[in-house]
Amino acid sequence: MSKITIPLGPQHPALKEPENFMLVLEGEQISGATVNLGYNHRGMEKAAESRTYLQTMYLLERVCGICSHSHTTTYITNVEELAKAEIPQRALAIRTLIAELERVHSHLLWLGVAGYEMGFETLFMYTWRDREQVLDCLELLSGNRVHYSMNTIGGVRRDISIEQKAEVSRRIKFLEERTRYYIKIGTEEPTVAARTANVGMLPPAVALERGAVGPTARASGIARDVRKDEPYLIYDQLDFKLITHNTNDVFGRLVVRVLELVESYKMIHQILNNLPEGPIAVKVPMKIAPGEAVNRYEAPRGEDIHYLKSNGTDKPERVKVRAPTLANLQSVAYMLEGGWLADVPLVIAAIDPCMSCTDRASVWDPKKGKMALYGWEEMRKLGIEHYKKRGVNFSGL
Amino acid sequence: MIKPARIFSEVIKHLFIKPATSGYPFEKAKIMPNFRGRIDFDSPKCIGCQMCVKVCPSKAIEIRLAAIQPPAPAQVEGQPVVAAKRKFDCFMHLDHCVYCAQCVETCPKDALIMTQDFELAHTSRAALTRHYK
Ligand code: SF4
Ligand code: SF4
Repeated sequence: MSKITIPLGPQHPALKEPENFMLVLEGEQISGATVNLGYNHRGMEKAAESRTYLQTMYLLERVCGICSHSHTTTYITNVEELAKAEIPQRALAIRTLIAELERVHSHLLWLGVAGYEMGFETLFMYTWRDREQVLDCLELLSGNRVHYSMNTIGGVRRDISIEQKAEVSRRIKFLEERTRYYIKIGTEEPTVAARTANVGMLPPAVALERGAVGPTARASGIARDVRKDEPYLIYDQLDFKLITHNTNDVFGRLVVRVLELVESYKMIHQILNNLPEGPIAVKVPMKIAPGEAVNRYEAPRGEDIHYLKSNGTDKPERVKVRAPTLANLQSVAYMLEGGWLADVPLVIAAIDPCMSCTDRASVWDPKKGKMALYGWEEMRKLGIEHYKKRGVNFSGL
Repeated sequence: MIKPARIFSEVIKHLFIKPATSGYPFEKAKIMPNFRGRIDFDSPKCIGCQMCVKVCPSKAIEIRLAAIQPPAPAQVEGQPVVAAKRKFDCFMHLDHCVYCAQCVETCPKDALIMTQDFELAHTSRAALTRHYK
């Protein structure tokens, strides 16, 4: 059979985010897949360099609309480390609470998306309706459903009252019951099994080799979770299980996520019941002494890494974000190979990709059909030439 | 462990429960009490320190000296002349604002107020810059 190559994306390959997959097809079967990034570059890392540390926090919150707390927490942990600030326990507990609520919101969202991609839209409607409960919790605590802005450098911005605690507990209890039902649906419903079992296989050895993170790695039986491997915030004081599954397919990724929901509810109750007393923030000076810091964080999609370099001013010199989707995209190319065309959206969606988090600068030359990554010096030269044509000369800087 | 039709009993139950969606915009939307909405300005409290302008992550706020200044209070016999308090106006660019309320937290005089107002869409861009006097 002759081979044909079809482009999938950049318009809506699976989710409503731009990304291109070149699929080599033999009949309906995929014999090769390449992932092309770069449709959603927003220049955030560069923009961060011209903002103060506090302003950068609000900018980085917008790296992702779902992991907004993950990105700010990783970033401010870096800032606080460089400023040698001692963060109060209560602030750390509140950060952990928001982090787990965020995980619940993200995993429920994923479950809905997976249902949608399977053609099981009832599941999509149910999960997204129930997800409103956790979004309401987040709005109640922070003042916004999406960009919570709960963090500030030195602690958190809002305290949690007794009434709020009760309200969050009530809603989480409701979600616990619903999740029990979803676990049943996920593991017993024939539609789900038929669409997800043995689809998008990722054997453990490949997952390790390609550096898979988060639920994608855990569904291949790899016990990898930053919350356990290198506990941050107050995870070392919480009692929770690291969920893994050994079917290596989309079904496994579904099981890992729904069981993680149960662990998150457990943690939310533990935090609410033992919220330490005390202040919620300390003052951190505007200017941060020169230094470098790297921090890891288990975002709902996997390990998120931030690098920060300070130079003694009130603005960062360099911020680097490595979002979890970037780590998982290598595995997607593998998962697609040998599979069927009709399963592609589901396989892509199964890593819970977030393209806007992932995109960094790369240049695609359509004439030569080449992709090039630019280094710092070349980028600078390119920028200077670009502005020269417009009559501004930056070469003296 | 496959059990078909797990979802049916649930679907039938749903025939008899209230819809989860609300009738907005015909019904009032439920907003949490501390929702971060439009920022309001209380001119008499403002001292024009520009702290809010400096801290704003999206250059959404401008504080300018008002065109019409209040007159100085009349001089009281035997007391030194009291200078008039300068009046400031606030220009809020709602299309830039990300509603983080950092300005409210930073203002030393509580001249900026966070409201729960969220229905801010407009057909004209100019109307998105509010001039608070
Ligand atoms: S709410 Fe935030 S973005 Fe809006 S004016 Fe205040 S500081 Fe600026
Ligand atoms: S609103 Fe507050 S922070 Fe802004 S200039 Fe006036 S007093 Fe200063």
